[in-house]
Amino acid sequence: MSKEERLRRGQRITWLLVAALLLLVLVLENVIPPSRMLFPVLKKGAVYALVVVSMNLLNGFTGLFSLGQAGFMLVGAYTYAILTIPTALRDGVYYLYGRSAVHFSLPEMYARLLGSSGLGGAVSLTLGVLTALVCAGLSSALAAWLIGLSVLRLRSDYLGIATLGFGEIIRAIYQWDKLGPITNGANMLKSFPTFTSFNIKNTQGQIVLRLSTLVPLMLAGVCIGIMLLLINSSYGRAFKAIREDEVAAEAMGINLARHKMMAFCTSAFFAGVGGAMLAMYQNQVQAKAFTAAMTYEILLIVVLGGIGSVSGSCIASFLFIASSEWWLRFLDNALYIGGFKVPLLRNGFRLVVFSFIIMIVVLFFRQGLMGSRELPELIAGFWQRKHKAKAGEPHG
Amino acid sequence: MEFFLSILLSGISVGGQYALIAVGYTMVYGILRLINFAHGDVFMVAGLMMVYLSAWLPLYLSVPVVLLLTVALGFIIERVAYKPLRASPRMSVMISAIGVSYLLQNLALYITGGLPQMYPRLPLLSDSVTIGGATTRVVTLVTPFLVLLLVLALTQLIHHTKIGMAMRAVARDFETSQLMGIRINSVISVTFIIGSFLAGVGSMLYFSNYATVIPVSGSMPGLKAFVAAVFGGIGSVPGAVIGAFLIGICETLIKGSDYTVFSDAFTFALLILILAVKPTGLFGERTAQKV
Repeated sequence: MSKEERLRRGQRITWLLVAALLLLVLVLENVIPPSRMLFPVLKKGAVYALVVVSMNLLNGFTGLFSLGQAGFMLVGAYTYAILTIPTALRDGVYYLYGRSAVHFSLPEMYARLLGSSGLGGAVSLTLGVLTALVCAGLSSALAAWLIGLSVLRLRSDYLGIATLGFGEIIRAIYQWDKLGPITNGANMLKSFPTFTSFNIKNTQGQIVLRLSTLVPLMLAGVCIGIMLLLINSSYGRAFKAIREDEVAAEAMGINLARHKMMAFCTSAFFAGVGGAMLAMYQNQVQAKAFTAAMTYEILLIVVLGGIGSVSGSCIASFLFIASSEWWLRFLDNALYIGGFKVPLLRNGFRLVVFSFIIMIVVLFFRQGLMGSRELPELIAGFWQRKHKAKAGEPHG
Repeated sequence: MEFFLSILLSGISVGGQYALIAVGYTMVYGILRLINFAHGDVFMVAGLMMVYLSAWLPLYLSVPVVLLLTVALGFIIERVAYKPLRASPRMSVMISAIGVSYLLQNLALYITGGLPQMYPRLPLLSDSVTIGGATTRVVTLVTPFLVLLLVLALTQLIHHTKIGMAMRAVARDFETSQLMGIRINSVISVTFIIGSFLAGVGSMLYFSNYATVIPVSGSMPGLKAFVAAVFGGIGSVPGAVIGAFLIGICETLIKGSDYTVFSDAFTFALLILILAVKPTGLFGERTAQKV
């Protein structure tokens, strides 16, 4: 088998694996009780995978050290929430400001065309949410474009601190009470459609088919797929060239300003979609949660997965969320073995362990989980080793 | 008038506290070209150590011990987290700095249990006085003088001692100064020691004013001090001090107005403005980028 064939086989196996996992999730979700920890972890993991890959597109593939991710997520989350809160519930959400300045809701607009019950209702909900997600992405991309005009000329660390600053400015603007009728000031926005709205119910209101975990996974999957297509296109190669050497890239005829702006806006678009999905996952959104610390966390997941590896980012996101929400939870509770109290275990210890793991990765395993390799390459490599071992036997 | 005076006073005092942090940023950046994201957290840890140490040591002992431990912390962070990455790309070192910041904050969260810790009352500093009808604490008045004193001492050190000369040389050209026989590792360590010492002093002044320490109380002052350092021209100690006083005064003015929400955002808006208009800051040296 030639190298290309092996790689193609690796890709096929990866796609099959992803499809099988999605199918498995669909089945599990309808078999296992929904209160199990697995499902929130999968949902949040999907959201984080999308955001982490979008950051990796910028920091890993284009080499732009940007720390504005939380700000872009905030823009996306608010756009989504503002466009989809049902009109009947708006007064309840905006009670501090009298009433909302926005008098429509996208799913309801579709419902007026398609009907609000049965299949029409489902289609209008889906279309409404999808449109709102695209709007969320577009609004973040627009914000990124405006920001990019002034900051993309800056070099590495200055770019980082300037984008971080813009994140803080965006947060302050959304919390400003003069904008209260639109953003609800410092209060939370809620009552918009969430992942659970996608569970299919029968006329008695019983859930027939649960889709609330599959939907975020599919959404994130499609977005990551689009980013993969971009990375493998000629634009993606230009991004990598900029990362390796700006001057050489420019000399080869790559328009630096245009490509940097493109990477910046694309990353912000998907961060915005991710922010909207985070809002859907949390059932509410509040500007004060989108701090610089959130950006740092996302950046550290990028590092864990490997800077410049999409599959690494995805795997690291799921591992990070699963460990922090589920597997390492026990570290936060006092544990008694017989009469002996295990020392150190108490609230917050989980995060300390996490930070140490991250520092060890940063200092000693700088490649992270995957380095800059992708899953298909790994599988192809595995195939090659097996092949060699088989071929080597008769001689040995 | 009284209102204005009290705002001006507290602005100067906040500015002085930022100045002490900003000096640490500007010196480290001048030498290593690294935004030491963990510096603000060193400042927070100094505050926490004071809380815990003053509980079982008399004050005249706990103050020097806290300063000593803060200096040790800065030294250790540099040796463990930054030195191994000296040959790596700048992004890795910055990620390491962010990692250290994450670690320090999480450690603080674990140790304090997430509860705000009351900062001990320092005698004299925490007393209140009335000047021109405006009531304030002694610390507010002491801060600018103490800052000026420390900064003067520091500029003397930089300009008139052997280690100061070595620092200036390393900041000018890392590799050449190494070839000239300067032990850059010890120069860098001294830089971190001075920066952490000043952050420790700054934390005593800052927390005497704010009274409680929480795990994230270092991050915002840290970022603002960095902005101050950029404003004054990164690498320049007097620039950082002037920038810090300016930011402190502007911030307190905004906090006293109707736009309180924007008091943090203002600092960053200022940063972006400077980077767009005069990236070298007020006193920064213009350097050509070699291709």
